[in-house]
Amino acid sequence: MRIDSSKAFARFVAQAKKKAAQRQREVLVCCGTGCLANGSAKVADAFAAELANRGGQASVGVFTKKTGCHGLCERGPLVVVQPNGVLYTKVKPRDVAEIVEKSVMGGEVVPRLLYKDLASGQRIATYTEVPFYKNQTRIAMRNIGRIDPADIEDAVAHGAYEGLAKALFTMTPEQVIEEVEISGLRGRGGAGFATARKWRACRKASGERKFVLCNGDEGDPGAFKDRSIMEGDPHSVIEGMVIGAYAVGAHEGFIYVRDEYPLAVVHLTLALAQAREKGFLGTNILGTGFDFDIRISRGGGAFVCGESSALMRSIEGKVGEPRAKYVHATDRGLFDLPTVLNNVETWADVGAIIARGGAWFASFGTEKSKGTKAFSLVGKVKNTGLIELPMGTTLREIIYGIGGGILGDRPFKAVQTGGPSGGCVPESLLDLPVDYERLTEAGSMMGSGGMIVMDDRTCMVDVARYFLKFLTEESCGKCVPCREGLHQMLAIFEDLVAGRGKRGDIERIERLARGMKLGSLCDLGRSAPNPVLSTLQYFRNEYVAHVEQQACPAGICRDLTAYEIVAELCNGCHACFKACPVEAITGKTKELHVIHHDKCISCGACFDVCPSEAIRTFPKKELAERGVA
Amino acid sequence: MSSASCVDTRPLEAILARYPAEEASLIQVLQDVQRAYNYLPCDVLVKVAETLGVPLAKVFSVGTFYKAFALKPQGRTVIKVCTGTACHIRGATQLVDELERTLKIKPDETTPDLRFTVKTVNCVGACAMAPVLIVGETYHGNAKAAKLGSYLAAKEAGDEN
Repeated sequence: MRIDSSKAFARFVAQAKKKAAQRQREVLVCCGTGCLANGSAKVADAFAAELANRGGQASVGVFTKKTGCHGLCERGPLVVVQPNGVLYTKVKPRDVAEIVEKSVMGGEVVPRLLYKDLASGQRIATYTEVPFYKNQTRIAMRNIGRIDPADIEDAVAHGAYEGLAKALFTMTPEQVIEEVEISGLRGRGGAGFATARKWRACRKASGERKFVLCNGDEGDPGAFKDRSIMEGDPHSVIEGMVIGAYAVGAHEGFIYVRDEYPLAVVHLTLALAQAREKGFLGTNILGTGFDFDIRISRGGGAFVCGESSALMRSIEGKVGEPRAKYVHATDRGLFDLPTVLNNVETWADVGAIIARGGAWFASFGTEKSKGTKAFSLVGKVKNTGLIELPMGTTLREIIYGIGGGILGDRPFKAVQTGGPSGGCVPESLLDLPVDYERLTEAGSMMGSGGMIVMDDRTCMVDVARYFLKFLTEESCGKCVPCREGLHQMLAIFEDLVAGRGKRGDIERIERLARGMKLGSLCDLGRSAPNPVLSTLQYFRNEYVAHVEQQACPAGICRDLTAYEIVAELCNGCHACFKACPVEAITGKTKELHVIHHDKCISCGACFDVCPSEAIRTFPKKELAERGVA
Repeated sequence: MSSASCVDTRPLEAILARYPAEEASLIQVLQDVQRAYNYLPCDVLVKVAETLGVPLAKVFSVGTFYKAFALKPQGRTVIKVCTGTACHIRGATQLVDELERTLKIKPDETTPDLRFTVKTVNCVGACAMAPVLIVGETYHGNAKAAKLGSYLAAKEAGDEN
């Protein structure tokens, strides 16, 4: 039955909330991609089977729910037992019976499965007390982990479509745009363009046929917040898009989803069908006479399609090549018609902004960057996962407060933000408040919210080379500065990491980078030198070491690094022996182990597993001095 | 192009019936073709071009631009090594090397018996579990080169069931 009036909507909300209230005792099993990789589907099945054994969910009064990503992927599979919010980590199917017996039915906790605080070693029972969650403020991800993304009633019980109802029943399109303007919302895809300005330009553009698009082509490596939003709360994206379409006067929309995100496509497809069935989408939405529908367009696995004009070409069925930016998409976008394109997270913010007011949203954040921002915190940090914080939170709070510090308590070296368009921020800037302006000033950018933490075992020349290789593969090839510039730069970097660096290489790199910044057609090309320039700015000494001494100070570049075992520190645990992929290590348990340089490929696997830090690196050229190679 | 067709065209007909015969359908059609045939057979592309009214050159340009498409038959099991930034700094290179040693193929190559194709992908968005290896449909988080044999064996065992 389609909802066709504000009264009918209120009735539907009341009914959904009543149903949710009857389901107080709930088991929420995280089924985001991370937890699924750890086997959470089997855990969810085990809960369902256990409750069925006890006479069925309804008769026991306990309900299970497969939710989207809870965020703390490192400790998955995650399970939350409601109403008390008890968080269980690393749950296995064999733990399920005990959780149901003691925790769900008995009201106790199962201590061994509780989150163990990294600093104090204490077990923490409820997830609101876990430092990882305690310091977060969730707006875009407000319902992820709380709702079943496959159940629209559950989403509505948690506030979905409230903003849409408010917009359609009580506001004019212009008022909607004003509210978004008050919120200060800026694009969450990276560039940070003011959302309201984009909408207004599209509203004013002439022509009857307009489009509203969602950019779900989250191509920045190390970023996965959009994936989690599309998987865990697809209704927040749909709601935002319908509100946006109403504001600009569009009747057709597309969600462009990366080919690498199959689960997101499944959940979005289901959510679209449910939204259409209930009257939140399609013709005559909520009985107001407004028509808007959304189709899904699957990407083909091309990074450049995250760029707005390339994305539109891709939806048209063409090769994803960007075009020059003097043509504004709000005038001539998809099929050369006025188009608004926003990022997944931006759309997810819109519903909450309309429901709770622009001023409320603007009460979070900094002067020019309002609201909250989702980040994926990954790399060499203890608590990896997905977080959402007010703009202006410092890197230190994020990495050490929420992230729990560096893996193995090694020294922090840099954090990479903004993907291949961003840069590496060094330790001296750890107290930087994170917003659009500060990150740009530091030579990086917000980008898609990926934060990749790097420790001393990361070579910054190798990191820059990595991004160049990535971009060389992904450059669409349309304009020369990007296509050739990347190619030539990568060639120099391949020399640097192989010990073939020459005097003048650093200067050549800088000249190429300047040329690309000036001459490339699209933002991807113009920003492509950023990883190189920011590492040069903060870690020039590492470049110099590669060029002048043919040495990799971090001990990562294979052609420049050799490994050896320090006899005094080796306890004969045999771990390195097992880890070595090429049998270059000999030694028996409890005896001294030795690395044979003639066989060693310098992969570093032994270094990573050694518990007593007995393995050390040294410049490979010293091998010749020792007469080994 | 005129060589005798040896591919079954029935899946193709079903795919073409699902979409409007226009250029905008091209990528979606090729996606389904890739899934149904495991690659984009030449005869199929000719038929797609005719049906959608798109020049064959354009079909090839799209087919070669996007990473999701392959013009050669792929292995029955596609092994993807995520080489996103987080996976890179947590040892994805070791996985690629180990695959090369075990299967004797480099990324984007297929074993002669068509059992495995190895690919690298630029981030699958499971960065918190880095490094990530995907064998068929199964994600392996915190993947280790030393465990590669067991990942492949698990896949083979699953196939037999």
